[in-house]
Amino acid sequence: MGIISKAEAQAILKKALSFSKADECEVSLTGTEGGNIRYARNAVSTAGDISTMGLAISSTFGKKTGSATINEFDDASLEKVVRRSEELAQLAPPNPEYVSLEGPKTFAESITYNKTTAAVNPDIRAEAVKKSLDIAKAANLEAAGFLENSTSFRAIMNSKGLFAYNMDTDVSFSVTTRNQAGTGSGYVSESFNDISKLDTLALTKVAAQKAVGSAGAKALEPGKYTVILEPLAASDMLSNMVRGFDARSAEEGRSFMSKKGGGTRLGEQLFNEQVNIYSDPFNADLPSATWNGDGIPQEKVTWVENGVVKNLSYSRYWAQQKGVKPVPGANRVIMEGGTASLEDLIKSTERGILVTRFWYIRSVDPQTLLLTGLTRDGTFYIENGKIMYPVKNFRFNESPIIMLNNVEALGKPQRSGNMIVPPMKIRDFTFSSLSDAV
Amino acid sequence: MKRSEFLYLSGLGAGALMLPNLSLFGNPIDPMEALNVVDTRIKKELADVALNAAKAKGASYADVRIGRYLNQFVATREKNVQGVSNTESYGVGVRVIANGCWGFASTNNVTKEEIAKAAERAVAVAKANAKIQGEAVQLAPQNGYGEVSWKSPIEKNAFEVPVKEKVDLLLATNALAMQGGASFVNSVIFAVNEQKYFASTDGSYIDQDIHRIYPNFQVTKIDRSNGKFDTIRSLSTPMGMGYEYLDPTESSKVKGVVTRYKDRYDILEDIKAATVNVDQKMKAKSVEPGKYDLVLDPSHLWLTIHESVGHPTELDRVLGYEANYAGTSFLTLDKLNSKNFNFGNKLVNVTADKTEKTSLGAVGYDDEGVECKKWDIVKDGVLVNFQATRDQAHMIGLKESQGCSYAQSWADVQFQRMPNISLQPGKEELSVDDMIKDVEKGVYIIGDGSFSIDQQRYNFQFGGQMFYEIKEGKIVGMLKDVSYQSNTQEFWNAVGAICDERDYRLGGAFNDGKGQPGQSNAVSHGSSTTRFNGVNVINTARKI
Repeated sequence: MGIISKAEAQAILKKALSFSKADECEVSLTGTEGGNIRYARNAVSTAGDISTMGLAISSTFGKKTGSATINEFDDASLEKVVRRSEELAQLAPPNPEYVSLEGPKTFAESITYNKTTAAVNPDIRAEAVKKSLDIAKAANLEAAGFLENSTSFRAIMNSKGLFAYNMDTDVSFSVTTRNQAGTGSGYVSESFNDISKLDTLALTKVAAQKAVGSAGAKALEPGKYTVILEPLAASDMLSNMVRGFDARSAEEGRSFMSKKGGGTRLGEQLFNEQVNIYSDPFNADLPSATWNGDGIPQEKVTWVENGVVKNLSYSRYWAQQKGVKPVPGANRVIMEGGTASLEDLIKSTERGILVTRFWYIRSVDPQTLLLTGLTRDGTFYIENGKIMYPVKNFRFNESPIIMLNNVEALGKPQRSGNMIVPPMKIRDFTFSSLSDAV
Repeated sequence: MKRSEFLYLSGLGAGALMLPNLSLFGNPIDPMEALNVVDTRIKKELADVALNAAKAKGASYADVRIGRYLNQFVATREKNVQGVSNTESYGVGVRVIANGCWGFASTNNVTKEEIAKAAERAVAVAKANAKIQGEAVQLAPQNGYGEVSWKSPIEKNAFEVPVKEKVDLLLATNALAMQGGASFVNSVIFAVNEQKYFASTDGSYIDQDIHRIYPNFQVTKIDRSNGKFDTIRSLSTPMGMGYEYLDPTESSKVKGVVTRYKDRYDILEDIKAATVNVDQKMKAKSVEPGKYDLVLDPSHLWLTIHESVGHPTELDRVLGYEANYAGTSFLTLDKLNSKNFNFGNKLVNVTADKTEKTSLGAVGYDDEGVECKKWDIVKDGVLVNFQATRDQAHMIGLKESQGCSYAQSWADVQFQRMPNISLQPGKEELSVDDMIKDVEKGVYIIGDGSFSIDQQRYNFQFGGQMFYEIKEGKIVGMLKDVSYQSNTQEFWNAVGAICDERDYRLGGAFNDGKGQPGQSNAVSHGSSTTRFNGVNVINTARKI
């Protein structure tokens, strides 16, 4: 059993709370059903099915909290798990950062559930993978890929009367195709809420074209180049940065959002004025729940407007300290762009490098958010608006802050993982060395 | 969905230690419940249910793992305890071969009925996938061992040490940092116990009790006047040990510009040094980029070994099974078969070893019931072997598996994971002091930092915790903004000298990531301080 209805979830949570003797108590119930299939060397390598459900309970006496979980839901089990959390609370040291629970709230209905995705079974997965394998074999390429789908629900209730329930679906697919000589490699990776948007055949064709097109790469001198980052590459660079839009670390002086002399860079023009970044739980391609695990509403939040930092996230504790409203962290962000296609961006480029994706990105200096990593699976030289030839992969050392100051043009945004980002044309992107990797 | 290829508890992203997401590890339990173990007679009965159910449905091979995974985290920040958590994850994973294809299923309902159902589901998955399968799975032969057991040779079970003792130690650690002028400090003790029972249709019933521990801290210093901050992490390392790792002994200390540790760790001495050093690091000279001779301490070098030697010699990467995620390897089969590929120069000897005491990889048997062993990977600079599991052994002409199968829990399918991969000490007597005396222009690096390497393991870049400038044979002061870039083969051919076995120490990580869905593996890498000649050092300072 992995998925239950709102009414069923509410009944279990109410029952669990009825056993509580603590000052405050919160219960959450989560469940997942789904599966995955992995393939490599043009054959399935592993596959699995998942079906789990669990209940977690936290009891608090004063500022002492204890938690316990269980995966049996009869009355005796529910009472047992409540007692256990209460015993653990009595043993725990007080947490000075504990904040009293949220009261009852009405949350908007989310759009995160999709019926078609929820109906995926092992045969549908195998069929989708077969299409991908057929394309790779026909092109005499070797494919390795991964397809995973899930339907999940989450419900929370607390002793102050808060209750919320949400169900979501997700499917993600990625495939790497390589030529037999190992001199060319291509990749695609897409995630959807709605599986009917997933076309493993078309996506594998894109990866195959990149594999064939990237063979025989030439070496260019490392240095500063104009780059066109496909949405995948752009999202690789930005995911690290949006996690840093946090008030506490900024105010404590230990983030790139910290200001010299104290305070934060909120309100500063940190980026080029073309940069606009926000979260929106009602975006059709990237929907999210309308509340987070603490029972705080997730609403549309503008993080960056015309290059100016407009909001930072506040945990419930930090918000209470600062006398402001809690703001959940920047999850599932959307960066606006324009209407230009990737091809339009290439056409407008005199000399540059087209980057399919980045790999092994790591923070080098949290002070400046300097990152290092490498290009992978399709890097091409552009001259006079045309792709001329594939080039060897580069290592870069670049900060997304600097990168978003050097924006030349932004294309039409599309979903990449848990972000929506445009393809980007960036000047003076720093490549520091060459790699022989394919 | 992208996951970091190499996750570990500290040192990720923007500074502070990260608290793990407990739901990933299991159910919270009372600390004392960790000490109740499940009787092996019961586990054998349950295992037989799985094996019989799989065979009845047509499996030609089956193995079952009944796992109880315990974790304890005690996390503090300055004067506060942020969290004390004990988690337990208990369940059963069944893996089968049916119609020549692998199938896997797991359940957290440890009853005979549910275990039989899981075995049947595993067979159904295998048969469904066999329709689009290529070659049939070929297992290297493996004799059953009957009923055997193995236990980490610990002296003090960390789960028996009261939580209060751990909290007191961490708060005392934090107090020393704050008294020394630190702006912030985080500290953690993380203890792991894997109680694993493995059985297979080959006739093995293996009971194992595995312990690991990782105490660590990060100290942060902030200069509000210029808006700068810097951090230093502890010089501890995760070990395959009990709480005795936290009982310091003088003989396990390696004295020098900063004290480093062998198999006993002094967290109080280390935090005092880190608090002084983070202040000096902030005031240090920004490095002049260029070629330097690098002197790399084992607390740093383990990570370079992990990335540039450990990963490219994983046979699943060599063969292409990881092509869609972690990548492939520059070490192809023809390089192994040529028997003359110069991975490094003659000083370089690397072994794979799942038996080394106190290491993270040490177990009696791997997760497909193969007794653990030790073998050469690089001999006198030449590549001589890879790391293989039972279904891969025949692909490199081996008659038996090298015992490299591991699953992070009962809920995940086992696959090829890295054993401890270690650089052997120099054969000639050489101390660190004597090594430094010979360096004209160099950087001495202690502690691991930023790390990045390409998907075939050629080009890499590493940072560190502490960097000391060496001029004409002497350490002249600290440096900052240091990273080095190189190419694996070039780098291991640039080895100038390796200190002798007196300096040999382990470093490692709990969370080496690989696979889709991703799994973590705990692994150690031993080395003695090593000199690399003429490596490219870059300056990483930027203005935003």
